[in-house]
Amino acid sequence: MAKLEIHNLSVEYTLKRTNQSVLALQAVDLTVQNGEFVAIVGPSGCGKTTLLNLVAGLWPITQGKIHLNGRPVQGPGNDRAMVFQTPALLPWRTVQANVGYGLTLQGYSRLETQARTQRFIELVGLAGFEESYPHELSGGMQQRANLARALAVEPALLLLDEPLSAVDAQTREILQIELQRIWLATRHSALYVTHQIDEAIFLADKVVVMATRPGRIQAVIAVDLPRPRPLSIKRHPAFIALSEQIWQLLQRDVSFPRMEH
Amino acid sequence: MAIYPIEEKSRLGSNRTLAARVAALWPRAHRYDHTLLGWLTLIAFFALWELAPALGLVKPLFISSPSRIFKAALWLAERGLWRDIQVSAQEFGIGFGLAVIIGVPLGMLLGWNTPLRAMFNPLISAFHATPRVALLPLLILWLGIGISSKIAIVFLGSIFPILITVMAGMRTLDENLLKCARSFGANDRQIFLTLALPSTVPFIIAGMRLAVGRALIGVVVGELVASTAGIGHMMSIASATFQTDKVFVGILILASAGYSLTELLTWIEAHFERWRPQK
Repeated sequence: MAKLEIHNLSVEYTLKRTNQSVLALQAVDLTVQNGEFVAIVGPSGCGKTTLLNLVAGLWPITQGKIHLNGRPVQGPGNDRAMVFQTPALLPWRTVQANVGYGLTLQGYSRLETQARTQRFIELVGLAGFEESYPHELSGGMQQRANLARALAVEPALLLLDEPLSAVDAQTREILQIELQRIWLATRHSALYVTHQIDEAIFLADKVVVMATRPGRIQAVIAVDLPRPRPLSIKRHPAFIALSEQIWQLLQRDVSFPRMEH
Repeated sequence: MAIYPIEEKSRLGSNRTLAARVAALWPRAHRYDHTLLGWLTLIAFFALWELAPALGLVKPLFISSPSRIFKAALWLAERGLWRDIQVSAQEFGIGFGLAVIIGVPLGMLLGWNTPLRAMFNPLISAFHATPRVALLPLLILWLGIGISSKIAIVFLGSIFPILITVMAGMRTLDENLLKCARSFGANDRQIFLTLALPSTVPFIIAGMRLAVGRALIGVVVGELVASTAGIGHMMSIASATFQTDKVFVGILILASAGYSLTELLTWIEAHFERWRPQK
């Protein structure tokens, strides 16, 4: 378990073609408490994936600070694991070998890898598919394997980059329930990026609403709904009110295209 | 409105495919359909070849016939054909083997390391574009008319297709997989072993398959130009003395060697590609 602290984080880059400078993130402050599930919603281009990549240590930090358990983030580390938007499974490895991939890279013994792999395959509901290759699985099952691979390294902080955006609507709802069940079983600190407002509210303890140009945090909204939450909670007045509140915030940003005069 | 199932229509009509006719006669044939069709064509080809000279349509002196070739092969087998095959196989084996042993790691290195690739790419492309047999006169000058000059020409013929395909293979790494490995803290060595190497295997085999043809050209042309033994040597003597049957023995040996090596590589490829969706 871990506490993530992001302080005054900014990212600026220059477009090569026009030599224009773009502020991808402006002065972002965010804290993820021990065992807290934080969801980030925002329109395309608001820098939410950028933020996740910075926390993962995949991009260098130029302005501001990120601390995990009091230590500054400098590059990727064993204390974080990422679940990707595309399953990013190695096509020539079976489910078992894919789930064990992170462990192998981090130098765990064969025995330890095997035991942990099996535990997390069972947790995500892929038991019986250990010897299957990724192409033999549905999109939803591939994402389960993707999740199991991240969980298997037992990270202090779990990073999820729109993990359900590529699956169909029904599978998406089922996986939301599954994600909640798995999270309740492991209680990781989690940072979850999504486009879907209802998904963010359903899963998170607090929802971070971002705005675009420049990418920044508009509001942080606490979700005080009891867990475990059933899917039917999405029709509860409290849920709808939260959803409306977030939508109002986002609407300022996502305006309809207009003719320029 | 009547809806006719498609099968119904084809059973009534005369537009049944050859495969369907075979299937009607032999219900399990569909499993072997394609192999069977291929062999039928081959048998028909040999039958026609046998018949054409027998019916006096062409002169056997020029095109020979399967039975004459078979007799010539038996005759040759007792007079040094094995020795010729051995020499040619040796030239092929050593030259091709060296090309694989050197070409695969070198291709990986050059595919992986951008500055090195920038340094050597023009040289490799120039070599690849040069007809390798043009180097033969030089190689004979340097290495003589024995086995060494043939090994050299086979090596030079087959290393470039391997080198170039392996280099290309190394550069087709999936960005998403790379990002995933990096997020788990993988170092360059681990990325090479767990991502680059496995995804390059199909390219290695494709390169080897291209190289088989080039290597065989090297063996034959090398031996035709100047040699003391080998299939090409035997063929050039037979041709100079109008012994068409013996020339064809050489051609058939080379054709079957090329075909079986290519098939072998296809089989190896299938073994490594079990994880791919079955077509």
